[in-house]
Amino acid sequence: MAAGFKTAEPLEYHRSFLKENCRPDGRELGEFRTTTLNIGSISTADGSALVKIGNTTVICGIKGELTSPPADAPNSGYIVPNVDLPPLCSSKFRPGPPGEQAQAASQFMADVIESSEVLLKEDLCIEKAKLCWVLYCDIMCLDYDGNLLDACVIALVAALKNAQLPEVSINKDTDLAEVNTDKKRHLNVAKHPVSSSFAVFDDSIVIVDPTAEEETLSTAMMTVVTDENETLCMLHKPGGTSLSSEKLQDCISRAVTRNREVGKLINTVTQSVETDK
Amino acid sequence: MRSRLATTMEVDGLSAFSLREFGCEQNLLSRPDGSSSFVQGDTSVLAGVYGPAEVKISKEIYDRATMEVVIQPKVGLPGVKERAREQCVRETCEAALLSTLHPRSSLSLVLQVVHDDGSLLSCCLNAACMALMDAGLPMGCLFCGVTCAIDPEGHIVTDPTAQQEKDSRAVMTFAIDSAQHRVMMSSTKGSFSVNELQQCIAVSQRASEKIFQFYRESVRRRYSKTV
Repeated sequence: MAAGFKTAEPLEYHRSFLKENCRPDGRELGEFRTTTLNIGSISTADGSALVKIGNTTVICGIKGELTSPPADAPNSGYIVPNVDLPPLCSSKFRPGPPGEQAQAASQFMADVIESSEVLLKEDLCIEKAKLCWVLYCDIMCLDYDGNLLDACVIALVAALKNAQLPEVSINKDTDLAEVNTDKKRHLNVAKHPVSSSFAVFDDSIVIVDPTAEEETLSTAMMTVVTDENETLCMLHKPGGTSLSSEKLQDCISRAVTRNREVGKLINTVTQSVETDK
Repeated sequence: MRSRLATTMEVDGLSAFSLREFGCEQNLLSRPDGSSSFVQGDTSVLAGVYGPAEVKISKEIYDRATMEVVIQPKVGLPGVKERAREQCVRETCEAALLSTLHPRSSLSLVLQVVHDDGSLLSCCLNAACMALMDAGLPMGCLFCGVTCAIDPEGHIVTDPTAQQEKDSRAVMTFAIDSAQHRVMMSSTKGSFSVNELQQCIAVSQRASEKIFQFYRESVRRRYSKTV
């Protein structure tokens, strides 16, 4: 009976739960799904992380390559994020060139990196106007069950913290780069941005961490990115119904507490990996 | 005969916020069902709306119209940046339009960037709203775009030029609805505090009133000429 109701009237089905201040999966309105993090999962990458938020699974691999710095900023390197939504992760996505959502997510990640200054591009420069690192941050979704952006940001920050690059020097005589693979060092991850996504139901009810089904039924989505100093790095609301400033304030406070939770998770996992060695 | 209108309004010199000179022209293209060009200082965007028209079966939605937005940059092919902007404009239009009145049909909006001198996304939103209005599509409310930049000293600059955007610490663009003056869309760059965000929203809400007044005046002038 309940299954039939859910298929025939999905919105009514969700509303009947929201009326009682809970959700079909048993969560409260302001509750995130269980978040798990595994780092160093890809041995061939310089840094990697696998994140699960409920059923949503995202993997991020970081690969460093050497190149010459951009002409307009000879003191800096490159960070190139890319989000891939393969047909494997959901029936919503078709094979072929990346769709709008994947491209918008890639742009979102690039904006988060730039706005939060998680990693300074200047740190990636090895020799001014000669040699620098380009970090390819490839993020792939393995299972899409909503809240892609939150998972992507956690995966990126954890993978950057996990990444180790070999020492590179330029030989004065030959003018060639020499890579010392025995000496590796971590990147200088200065900030820890964490994103929190919200969905708006019926123009008034705000829920956190929406599932894929809740995302399709909601009237608006919003993502707030904060860093550990409670500074906002991003308030991304791509349209949808409008939100009052009180609701907005509630969302920001929730995002700040979420930042602490995720910050703790990333620290515990990174430390446990380091003690294992 | 097609009616033409060119309105400009000077709202500079206000104490709390200043906007550059605005200009708007509606119904300037013959083929689209609705068109407009919107000018904010040196930033200029041309918009055309087609629809409601037949929709591709794969994109059909059974209870409402399918909205498509394309942003064409001034030079080169549209890239990832344009896609992100398209998403913002499309979802804002979807929220404002009463798309359930045209089920199983397509609405397509094409925005051509004529010149970018800062506040491009807000100019796109304004041009989109004027074009939708010109096409006579049913809407629940109007919307407008306002861009705010926070300079290194912490001052808020509304409707910044490209140079002001470059020099600033943070840039935020909001879409404000005409019914309740609330935030429909928000897109930000750079980091800022909660307090600064609230200030920028408040300034944008006040600026939006000016922009809606400009909408009203420019439409009034257009129809007073036609009749």
